[in-house]
Amino acid sequence: MSELNQEYKPLIVAFCCNWCSYAGADLAGSNRLAYPADVKIIRVPCSCRVNPMFILRAFQRGADGVILCGCHPGDCHYTTGNYYTRRRMSMLFSMLDYLGIERERTRVEWVSAAEGAKFASTMNDFAKKVASLGPNKRLEDLRCKP
Amino acid sequence: MQRIGVFVCWCGSNIAGTVDVHAVAEALKNESGVVFSTDYQYMCSQAGQDIIKNAIAEHKLTGIVVCSCSPRMHEATFRKTAAAAGLNPYMVEIANIREQCSWVHKDMLSGTEKAVILGRAAIAKVHLNAPLIPGQSPVAKRALVIGGGIAGIQTALDIADAGFPVDIVETKPTIGGKMAQLDKTFPTLDCAACILTPKMVDAAQNELIKIYSYSEVSQVSGYVGNFDVTIKRRARFVKEDLCTGCGLCTEKCPQKKVPNEFNLGMDTRRAIYIPFAQAVPKVATIDPDYCTMLKTGKCGICSKVCTAGAIDYTAKDEFITEKYGAIVVATGYNPISMEKFDEFAYSQSKDVITSLEFERLTNAAGPTAGKLLRPSDGEHPHKIVFVQCVGSRCDSCAEKGKEYCSKICCMYTAKHAMLTRDKYPDTEVYVFYIDVRTPGKAFDEFYRRAVEEYGVHYVKGMVGKVVPQGKKLMVQASDLIDGKQLHIDADLVVLAAAIEPDKSARPLATMLTASMDTNDFFTEAHPKLRPVESPTAGVFLSGACQGPKDIPETVSQASAAAAKVIGLLCKDHLTGNPCVASANEMLCSGCSQCANVCPYGAITYSEKEFRMPNRTTLMRRVASVNPAVCQGCGACTVACPSGAMDLNGFKNNQIMAEVDAICRN
Ligand SMILES: Cc1cc2nc3c(=O)[nH]c(=O)nc-3n(C[C@H](O)[C@H](O)[C@H](O)COP(=O)(O)OP(=O)(O)OC[C@H]3O[C@@H](n4cnc5c(N)ncnc54)[C@H](O)[C@@H]3O)c2cc1C
Ligand code: SF4
Ligand code: SF4
Ligand code: FES
Repeated sequence: MSELNQEYKPLIVAFCCNWCSYAGADLAGSNRLAYPADVKIIRVPCSCRVNPMFILRAFQRGADGVILCGCHPGDCHYTTGNYYTRRRMSMLFSMLDYLGIERERTRVEWVSAAEGAKFASTMNDFAKKVASLGPNKRLEDLRCKP
Repeated sequence: MQRIGVFVCWCGSNIAGTVDVHAVAEALKNESGVVFSTDYQYMCSQAGQDIIKNAIAEHKLTGIVVCSCSPRMHEATFRKTAAAAGLNPYMVEIANIREQCSWVHKDMLSGTEKAVILGRAAIAKVHLNAPLIPGQSPVAKRALVIGGGIAGIQTALDIADAGFPVDIVETKPTIGGKMAQLDKTFPTLDCAACILTPKMVDAAQNELIKIYSYSEVSQVSGYVGNFDVTIKRRARFVKEDLCTGCGLCTEKCPQKKVPNEFNLGMDTRRAIYIPFAQAVPKVATIDPDYCTMLKTGKCGICSKVCTAGAIDYTAKDEFITEKYGAIVVATGYNPISMEKFDEFAYSQSKDVITSLEFERLTNAAGPTAGKLLRPSDGEHPHKIVFVQCVGSRCDSCAEKGKEYCSKICCMYTAKHAMLTRDKYPDTEVYVFYIDVRTPGKAFDEFYRRAVEEYGVHYVKGMVGKVVPQGKKLMVQASDLIDGKQLHIDADLVVLAAAIEPDKSARPLATMLTASMDTNDFFTEAHPKLRPVESPTAGVFLSGACQGPKDIPETVSQASAAAAKVIGLLCKDHLTGNPCVASANEMLCSGCSQCANVCPYGAITYSEKEFRMPNRTTLMRRVASVNPAVCQGCGACTVACPSGAMDLNGFKNNQIMAEVDAICRN
């Protein structure tokens, strides 16, 4: 790895639903399963609470990757929320791809409250992929930078 | 501007081991609005909580951020701490710097850096928090049970046992449901009437239970704890309070040719009838479709013979309205129609019957007084073919059958086959099956007894065709194990028809805003963890209306639903979760997108008057959320194209602020 690559730390925003994925992230913590500190989690009640605007905002503000985690299909605390998420995000991600935000920078993953290991491995994998793409330049809005 | 206090916890060395807590507290001092910031070994301890309380008082804090373990752990604790110091508990935000920081990152530098960022995000959010006050709503201490089968009866008995009044609404003239029609019941073979009718009588005699038979629910409004329900009491032309159930009228009525639905049309009843001897309530009912007095004004015999003076030809449907705290749906199931299954000659031959008809034929109170006789000629059948899965597990025949397994057919067919061989050992019995499914206590043993002790011929394979030929029914079938075609000249063919929810369930679900699956079974709030509640708060599910079930399962679910209802009715007030959605009426366009996605039916619309700048007024349709029903998922906030819908505690601007804080470098 070149020196530049080593210094580059991607900025990753992870939205986690309160009932499954946030609990899964907590479990990864309880089991001390490491993943990069580049991942910052925002808690939402359900994955369906995540407005595409939040994701656009993150990319405009310089995030390099955004991942959305929810309960497995059929397990959503509110029964159907993650189905909306699945449909909404597949639309949004293909639109973002069209705008030049590569598919590897966005992801939806189902992580249950028992899957601490899956949470950690997902974050490791995602962070690696995003790091390999380098900084997000396409949507970053310089006017949003201080 | 908020005055924010920040409290960074060491959690012993759990956090302090990888995060420089002191540096975090110092760094967060520079955030806008922060007037106080400190760190302490154990924030959740009494001493830690006192630090928080004192700081709230001393620095007149309007919001606090605790950087500590997961909010799933101690959010409730710190909210209580805030409340004790006079701060609204919803002015507290937690930055999770243990599970999601110190425990997963190894080096101090990145751990500390991330903890600062998480703290910043929480501060940005708390800036936009507003005090929230959970709503309180009173609970009407009365339950409604819709459907009076074994499910509804058990639920009502259990609720009444706990001391709460319950009303049962049943469409038929009597309660009892399908179980009242059964003969003996697997897996113990006790007679259905012997175990059901005492419960029916208990329900009738219980002072807390009111039975509205021959009635239906016609309107539902309100929400958990506060439903207003209109019940339509259909005119039965017999005064319930006067009728003694002597049955004289049902013997004297000259209109004798009415198909008897209780015996599935295998015999007849009069125009005035009591469905069966142990009916509850034991009251006669006049069938307006057949009564000549009601149709032509001529007859009046029943009125003449009734010594109690109970007959009233002028009766009209009545509507009553009652308040309920909880509603239990127990509308049960029905066998599907066999009309479309021409291959089994159901409509061509009287000797091709369904399993429920078979129950009536073997029931001592049935049309043949319990003798197994062919419906066509009253002769004893010597060869009987049972066909399982008729219309069940039918992915290829969805237009006439069902994709799911009806669950009870394997067991009742084994029961029928066994009882036949027991009573008539000279009868040859064949059962055609795809699989025999017998999970359940003592179920597989039961099935094996049918095969091993009673010599029932179980054949794996499907029946292709049944052709009536003279007095016989020629059954063409394949034996999949021996790989050959079979031709059996049967005397009686019994079809184990798939079961489906009652047809009235769908309109009822619409009234209750309770959701259903594609097969019209009611869906549960959570398939594993909340199996007896519907997603609509205050609506509970009992029995086969939620999915195919046998009696033991039905009764367990019925009692479980009762327990949930009792838990609700015990409360005088319901304290809501204040983190619910609300619509900004100025922005709402009344488009209905939000109501379409709400899984709980929490959103309604009304016309409201708005003052325009030019002093005219305008009527507009706007959404409003019922906070007692909303569960706070936030689906509506994203569906709303106008940005009118927002969610308390997770407002759009709060989440945006968190995003901004995290992305600010
Ligand atoms: C042939 C056959 C044999 C069986 N044998 C056995 C057995 O041996 N052992 C066993 O454990 N199980 C057996 N079962 C299953 C058993 O019948 C069911 O488990 C049980 O009846 C389910 O009870 P329920 O109260 O949920 O439904 P139901 O018995 O269907 O009762 C529902 C009640 O609700 C009423 N209703 C419907 N819609 C409305 C409405 N909109 N408003 C008001 N009232 C309404 C109906 O009139 C009915 O009275 C058998 C089933 C069949 C078909
Ligand atoms: S937040 Fe969820 S439950 Fe509440 S009104 Fe919106 S969609 Fe319905
Ligand atoms: S989706 Fe938005 S605009 Fe449409 S009715 Fe609901 S709140 Fe109003
Ligand atoms: S609550 Fe986890 S996805 Fe809906």
